[in-house]
Amino acid sequence: MAPRPMPADPMIQQLIRQARQAQLGRRALLTGAGASAAALALAACSTGGAAQPTAAPDKSDSDKTLRWDNWALYIDVDDSGDYPTLDAFTEATGIKVAYTEAVDDNSTYYGKVKDQLALGKDIGADAVCLTDWMVGRLARIGYLQELDHSNIPNLGNLLPTLKDVDFDPGRALSVPWQGGLTGICWDKEQFPNGITSVAELWSNADLKGRVGVLSEMRDTMGLIMLDQGVDIAGDWGDDEFTVAIDELKKQVSDGQVRNIKGNSYKEDLVNGDTLAAIVWSGDIVQLNAENGDKWGFAVPEKGGTIWNDNFVVPIGSAHKANVEELINYYYDPAVAAEVAAYVNYITPVAGAKEAAMEIDPELAENPLIFPDDATLAKAKVFRTLSGAEEQTYGAQFQSILLGA
Amino acid sequence: MAFAAFASTTAPTTDAPARRRSKVALLLLLPGILYLVLFFLAPLVSLILTSLQAPSEFGDIGMYSYAFRWENYAAVIEQYWPHILRSFGYALIATVLALAFSYPLAYFIGVTARRWPLLQSLMLVLVIAPFFISFLLRTLAWKQILSDESFLVTSLKAVSLLAPDAHLTGTAFSVIFGLTYNFIPFMTLPLYTTLERLDLRYLEAGNDLYASGFHTFRTVTLPLSMPGIVAGTLLTFIPAAGDYINASRDFLGGADTQMIGNVIEANFLVLLNYPAAAALSLILMTVILVIVGVYVKRAGTEELL
Repeated sequence: MAPRPMPADPMIQQLIRQARQAQLGRRALLTGAGASAAALALAACSTGGAAQPTAAPDKSDSDKTLRWDNWALYIDVDDSGDYPTLDAFTEATGIKVAYTEAVDDNSTYYGKVKDQLALGKDIGADAVCLTDWMVGRLARIGYLQELDHSNIPNLGNLLPTLKDVDFDPGRALSVPWQGGLTGICWDKEQFPNGITSVAELWSNADLKGRVGVLSEMRDTMGLIMLDQGVDIAGDWGDDEFTVAIDELKKQVSDGQVRNIKGNSYKEDLVNGDTLAAIVWSGDIVQLNAENGDKWGFAVPEKGGTIWNDNFVVPIGSAHKANVEELINYYYDPAVAAEVAAYVNYITPVAGAKEAAMEIDPELAENPLIFPDDATLAKAKVFRTLSGAEEQTYGAQFQSILLGA
Repeated sequence: MAFAAFASTTAPTTDAPARRRSKVALLLLLPGILYLVLFFLAPLVSLILTSLQAPSEFGDIGMYSYAFRWENYAAVIEQYWPHILRSFGYALIATVLALAFSYPLAYFIGVTARRWPLLQSLMLVLVIAPFFISFLLRTLAWKQILSDESFLVTSLKAVSLLAPDAHLTGTAFSVIFGLTYNFIPFMTLPLYTTLERLDLRYLEAGNDLYASGFHTFRTVTLPLSMPGIVAGTLLTFIPAAGDYINASRDFLGGADTQMIGNVIEANFLVLLNYPAAAALSLILMTVILVIVGVYVKRAGTEELL
């Protein structure tokens, strides 16, 4: 009997080819089972030191799809639950995007995908937006694919301050998606004059037990170190970190700081447990919109931190060119302004403010979404840590969170 | 009744004739054995192997390779012994409190309310009703109720039961409160199933013999309800000792109320220190096994297991 002709759909053809390759004889199956049991035993013994994974071959030309993992509430959504800018992208390029709110914490996400990354396997996403320091870790270990800047002509719109970062010189591996400032917020009813420095968080007796700080180490420690006069972007080491960690330890054990929280700090601001805190700018825009402009926000005079979540292409992705097209699309100032109008974070795209002026002048004037130069001058980036530093500093910070 | 299993101390013994071992029995056991090997034994072996790993020589954060580093155990005990003690302390207090709340409740449902079957069923439904709402949501609700600007806290401060700068969330009080609240049904249901079978004629006999009410309770009711107490305390104590939701900083806990579950979580997810997390898990498991073993032996209810 003659074999049936292949169906026309290229995706189905691909599936059939894969299925044929996967067909095994009984003997091959048994050897395979034995080998995989041995491999499993070995894998159980070792979680590191494997050979460097290599990038997967790109299938973007034949397969016009991509999967994008991002944080919650981080893109424009309309009332029917669609993403208008993404739909426009699909219409313009023919690339279908599966958008998932799969990231709710850098560490947890890393824990979920690191084993596939180490083997160079597909992690189920072609583009992921992760924070600077996590991108630094992924780049250091070699889990990212190099981006072809010639496919991203709009990258010229990237703000000059973000072009060269220490974890990724020249932006070879990552491109910012949205960013934010870490500063101090306060309850305007209780403190009409504002709380605008870290030192004041520690010294104000009315704030005893009502101060909150973030469980994200680089933000909390960054603000404390800046308050102590350390340039966090520059050259500092164990001594400076220890001084800052001792200060935080003292404030926690004295009861000035009651709690150290991740995203759930917002509930504490709303229910009044926290009256002043180290917080992320975008959250305050959102909380003020929901609760009637209750909180003030400022970047301390001595400095706050600025961070970005960046597009990266994991090593096992076969759709890098599609992702580059997606990045190029979002670096169009008009599109960036459309996203900014919804997500309340800081866009890295130059010219977006002018474009936003046309959509909504009030939005363009909001200093938390389009910060002025004076604010940006006070905002520093926490320098990238080495693997060993990440381990020891992380352990010191966690020991305060755990009360040990 | 699903919970009757807790109550029956004497399993019905079948005196079937001795059969020769058949392969059929083994075959029937196979799925169960496979299940245990796959989902209990294999993870346990993996856990033990992980707990002995050492950092890879040129590895980055979170990279470990196979070794026999017994020091991992000494290191985590030295660093986290306060959390281990705290976990068992909190679990013990929560178990005692849950027993104190549940016993009168179970007695009322199982004995006093026998005359009114409708009331009995209604109260049982009320005990189970909280399970219709997620455990996390209920705990978050308590966080709101206990928060600083809540009606409860402001009223307590107004009547000077609470110092002006005191608070409830993030303290040992709220964590133990949360544990007690969340595990009360697990205590009440086994107690109810034993008390429901309590033969009231024993109590009448005690009365006839001029025993005081308390004396009858101590020498008749309490010993007869022992299986329920043992089952209830085990069902409360074991999960409470390993609980990490109530003590989590995102729920009712604070920096100085962290339990061993929170330490394991932090080591596993944030610090990527898998050997420490695995060693702590094994320590938790071993300590619970020892405590439960001694307890069950002392309570004299081996039949229960």
